[in-house]
Amino acid sequence: MSDLADLSITSAHELLDSGETSSSELLDAVLKRAGITESHLHAYLTIDKAGAAEAAARADERIAAGDGAQMTGIPIALKDNMVTKGVETTCSSKILSGWIPPYDGTAVSRLKEVDAVTVGKTNLDEFAMGSSTENSAYGVTRNPWDTERVPGGSSGGSAAVVAAGSAFAALGSDTGGSVRQPAALCGVVGLKPTYGLVSRYGLIAFASSLDQIGPITRSVEDAVVVLEAIAGHDVMDATSYRGAVPDFRAGLSAGVAGLRVGVAAELLRDDMQPEVLAATRKMVDQLSDAGAAVRQVSLPSVEYALSAYYLIAPAEASANLARFDGVRYGLRVDGETTEEMMARTRAEGFGPEVIRRILLGTYALSAGYYDAFYGQAQRVRTLVRRDFAAAYENVDVLVSPTSPTTAFSVGEKSTDPIAMYYSDVCTIPSNLSGDPAISVPIGLDDAGLPIGFQVMAPSLGEPVLFQAAAEIERLADFTARPRLATSEVT
Amino acid sequence: MPVEIDIAKVAKLARLALNDEQLASYGEQLGAILEHAERVQAMATDDVEPTSHPLAMTNSFRADVVIPSLDRDEVLSQAPDSVEGQFAVPRILE
Amino acid sequence: MTEYEAVIGIETHVELQTNSKMFCGCAVDFNAEANTVVCPVCLALPGALPVPNASAIDGILSIGAALSCELVEHSLFHRKNYFYPDLPKNYQISQYDVPLCADGHIDIVADGEPFRIGITRVHMEEDTGKSTHIGDDGRIRAASHSLLDFNRAGVPLVEIVTEPDIRTAEQARVYGAELQMIVRTLGVSDARLEEGSMRFDVNVSLRPVGQEEFGTRTEVKNVNSLRSMYRAIEFEIARQTEVLDSGGTIVQETRHWNEDSQRTTSMRSKEDSEDYRYFQEPDLLPLHIDAAWSARVYAAIPELPAIRRSRYLETGIDMVTAGVMVADAGLGELFDAAVASGADPKQAANWITGEVVANLRRTERQLADLPLSAEHLTQLDEMVSAGSLSATAAKDVLGGVMDGEGSPEQVAQSRDLLQISDTGALTTEVNTVLADNEDAVDKMRSGDMKPLGFLVGQVMKATGGKADPRMVSELIRNSVKE
Ligand SMILES: [Mg+2]
Ligand SMILES: [Zn+2]
Repeated sequence: MSDLADLSITSAHELLDSGETSSSELLDAVLKRAGITESHLHAYLTIDKAGAAEAAARADERIAAGDGAQMTGIPIALKDNMVTKGVETTCSSKILSGWIPPYDGTAVSRLKEVDAVTVGKTNLDEFAMGSSTENSAYGVTRNPWDTERVPGGSSGGSAAVVAAGSAFAALGSDTGGSVRQPAALCGVVGLKPTYGLVSRYGLIAFASSLDQIGPITRSVEDAVVVLEAIAGHDVMDATSYRGAVPDFRAGLSAGVAGLRVGVAAELLRDDMQPEVLAATRKMVDQLSDAGAAVRQVSLPSVEYALSAYYLIAPAEASANLARFDGVRYGLRVDGETTEEMMARTRAEGFGPEVIRRILLGTYALSAGYYDAFYGQAQRVRTLVRRDFAAAYENVDVLVSPTSPTTAFSVGEKSTDPIAMYYSDVCTIPSNLSGDPAISVPIGLDDAGLPIGFQVMAPSLGEPVLFQAAAEIERLADFTARPRLATSEVT
Repeated sequence: MPVEIDIAKVAKLARLALNDEQLASYGEQLGAILEHAERVQAMATDDVEPTSHPLAMTNSFRADVVIPSLDRDEVLSQAPDSVEGQFAVPRILE
Repeated sequence: MTEYEAVIGIETHVELQTNSKMFCGCAVDFNAEANTVVCPVCLALPGALPVPNASAIDGILSIGAALSCELVEHSLFHRKNYFYPDLPKNYQISQYDVPLCADGHIDIVADGEPFRIGITRVHMEEDTGKSTHIGDDGRIRAASHSLLDFNRAGVPLVEIVTEPDIRTAEQARVYGAELQMIVRTLGVSDARLEEGSMRFDVNVSLRPVGQEEFGTRTEVKNVNSLRSMYRAIEFEIARQTEVLDSGGTIVQETRHWNEDSQRTTSMRSKEDSEDYRYFQEPDLLPLHIDAAWSARVYAAIPELPAIRRSRYLETGIDMVTAGVMVADAGLGELFDAAVASGADPKQAANWITGEVVANLRRTERQLADLPLSAEHLTQLDEMVSAGSLSATAAKDVLGGVMDGEGSPEQVAQSRDLLQISDTGALTTEVNTVLADNEDAVDKMRSGDMKPLGFLVGQVMKATGGKADPRMVSELIRNSVKE
C-alpha cells in the first residue's frame, strides 16, 4: 500500500505537515485512481479538476505558512445532494440536470474554510431515495469489491470512492441508513451523527426530521477528523444543535473495559444473512473478551420502525420535493398552462422511486388518512424513542449488524421495493430516534464481500460511540482492500 | 390486503401528470407498500404523543438583520424562462 | 318574503414592516426592482432552510395582545401544501392547530351601537410572490403568460381571523378601520390597503332571521379599501337574497370583488375543496412563549385607539373630532401635549382637526414638517381667553405660525392682530367717540338702537381695528344707559 491514494486522513495530514507530500500530490493520486476506477464504478457524477487543483494550491500555501488544519489539503468527495456554488448539483435527478447553485451548503463551506479539497460530486439514489444507488438518473454505481454488485445507497457513490481510493473521505447523507448501509457494503466506516449536530443547510432535503450529513472514511479516527470540521451550530439551520460540540476524541483509545454493550434481539434476526449474523456475534464475543459488559436488551417497537419510516419519510419528502416545479430552476417540460407545465415537468423529471414516494407521502398526509397513517407513524416514532431511552438506562451503546446482507447484485432488488426497504431495517431506528450510529467493517463473507457492524449511542453520545467503534476497529483488524483499489487493476 | 387508494386524486394533489397505465401501476405498488405500512396501526398508541422532531429544543430564531440578496442575473440564468428580470411561466389557470 | 340576517367573518392579512423577511435575511423592500431581494431561502432553492425572524414573532404577539388574545405558550409552525407558481416552495409555512394568539375580541361602535367582535386566532405565516398576467389587460384567464417577482415572497404575514360575529357592512367597515388603526398604533405595519400590506377576505352568508345554523357562505377576495369592503358585502347580501328568494341555493365559492363593475364575480367553486395536507414544519422548532416574553410584549404596547378615544371623549370633545385624532397618531400626540401644557381641550381639538388638518392637506406636508408645537397652541389659547386675540384673528395667527412666521405672540404682533382688551384704555376711546357724536347718543337714549353699529365702527376706526368689538359694544350700551 504505497499509493498515496490509500492513506488515511490522519497519515496524509502528517505527511503534509512534515512537507513529505503536498495537497497537489494527494489530489493527483486520487485523480489517477479515479481515472482507473471510474470506468468500472461510475461513482462520481462530476469531477471538478480545475476547482480541486486551485483548492489544493491554496491548501499547500496555507500548510507552508504553518496554518494547516487536520482537513487542510485533504481530497474529499461530496454526495451530489449537497449544494456547491458554481458546481453542478443534480441530486442524481433529471429534474435538476444542469443546475449550477449560487451558494454553498454549510458543511461544504466549512470544509472550504479549512481548505479541504473537493474532488467532485458522487452518485446517489435520486433524492437519496434508495439503498443501492440504482435509482440514479445518471446510471448505476458499482461496488468496488465486485462490480456486479451494488455499493448500497443512497450514498453509494460516496462509499465507493472512499473504498476505491478516489477520495480520502466523502460526505454522505443518512435519512434511513444512507451513510451506514453503503459504508457497510463497501467495507468503509460510515457515521450518522446526532440529528442537529451537522447543519442541513445546503443539503437537498429528503425527509427533514430524519436527514443528517455524515462522513464516510477509511478509519474511525478519520470519521472524527471530518466530523470535527463540519459539526457545530449554524444560524442558517433552525434545527441545528445550539449546545457545545462534545469532545469526540475523549474515548478514542480508552478501550471497552467496563463499557456496557447492549444487543437487541429485534436487530439480530434469523432471516438475516448467516455470515452477517455470525460475524456480528463473533464481534460481540470479542468485545466481551475485551472487557465490555454485554447484555441483552429489548427494543420491541423497532418491529414497527420500518413501517413508520415509510410513512414519515415520504410524507416529508412529498412537501420537500414540491419546489421542483419547472419555474425557477432545473427541468421544464412545456405545457399549455402553468399547471400542466408543472405536472409534466414533475412526471418527466422524477424517476419511479421518487414518484412512488411522493405519491405515498401525499396519500399519507391527505384528508381522512392523516391520523391512520402519518399521525400513527409519529406515535410509533415516540415508542421507538422510548425503547431506546429505556435501553440506554442499562447500556452505554447498542450494537447490531448494519445491514441484513452484504452487497447484493445489481438488479436483484430493484423491482421489489419492499425487499429493498428491508435493507435499512437495522439503520432506520436511529434516524427515528435522532441518535448517532456508526458502521465499522469487521470482516468478509464467503463471497469476499465486506460486513458492517453497527454501534448506536444516545443523543450526543458520539464520544462513547467513537470509543466503542475504535476498539471494534482494532479487534476486527480489517485490512482487506477491494480489488479495484489494488494493483490487480492498475 | 393491499390498501385501495384513489391514485388519480393523489397524483393530482402531487402535481404529477401520469397516464392511466402509470396510475394503475403506481396504485398497485402503493397498495402493497401501504399494506406493510399499515402495521403501524396495530400498535396501541392512544396515550402516546406523536414525535415530529428528534430535538427537544424550542425557539430557534434569527435577528432581524438584512443580509445581501442574490444577484438577479445569476438567479435568472438558472430559470427555464425569464423576461425582463422576471421568471416567466405559461398562463396560470385560476 | 323571508327576512334574512347576514353572517359575516373577516380574515385579514397584514404584512409586518420588519427589516428582513420572515425566514431569511432579504430586505423587506417593496420598491426594489423585481427579483432583487431574493435569496436561496425565499426562492426555495434546493437545500435552503427557513429560520424565523424574532422581530416578526414580537410583531404578531403585540397584535394578539392588542386584540385581547391569549398568547399561546406552546405554538407550532405547519406546512400548508398547495401548488401555485407564486409560492416558491409550493407550500406555505403557516400555523394550523396551535396559532400564536387565540380567543381575543375587539369592541367597536357601529351605527351608534357598541359591538363586540370575537377574534378566533391571529397566526404567523409568510407572503407569496407577485404574478403579473401578460397578454390581455392583466386578466388572468385571457393571459398568454405570467411573470413572477419573488421580492414579496417570504415577507412576514399575520393573519387575523374573526368569529362570524359581524352582521352588517357598516360593522365590517368599522372593524377594518379599527384594526388598521391598531396595527399602525403598534407600529408593526403601515397597513396600506391600496398597496396590499393589509388585505381582507370577507366571508358572507345569509340565514333567515331567528335561525341558528349558518347558511352557505361565499368568500370575497380582492377587497382593497374599506369602502370596497362595505360595498362588496352590500352587494353579496343583495345577490344572495335574490338567489334565495328566487328559490336558488348559494354555491360555496370564492368570489372576486371587481372595482370597475362594483360587483363580485365567481372565481372558483370549492367543490374540488383544497386538501392542504397540513403537517408540522420539520425545518422549524416549536415556539415557546414564556411568561417573561409575554410580559415584555404587554409592556411595549402603546395606548390603543379605543383607550385613546374614550380618554378624548371624557374631555368633552365630540365623537367625530376624537375620531380624527385617534386615527392619526401624530394629531393625537399634538393634542395630548397641548392639553398637558394647559390648552383648553375643545379649543385645541378644533384647531388641530380644523386649521391644522386643512393646512397639511393644502400644503401637502407632514405634521412633523410643520413649525408648530403644542406650546404654540397653548399660547394661542391663552391669548384668546385673555381677549387679546379674536377667534378669527387666532386662526390667522395659527396660519402664520404654520407658515413659519414665529410664535403666536410674534405673528400677532407682526400681523398687527392684537386686540385692545384693556377696559380702561377702551373706555377712554369710547368716551371720546360718544362726546363727538351726541346726536347718535341721544337717539339711543330715546330707545332707537340703530346708531350702535355706527358708534362701534367709530371706536374701531379710532383704535385701528384692534379693539374687541364685543367689548366696545358692551361699553357703549352701558354708558348710554347711565
Ligand atoms: Mg393565510
Ligand atoms: Zn430571501
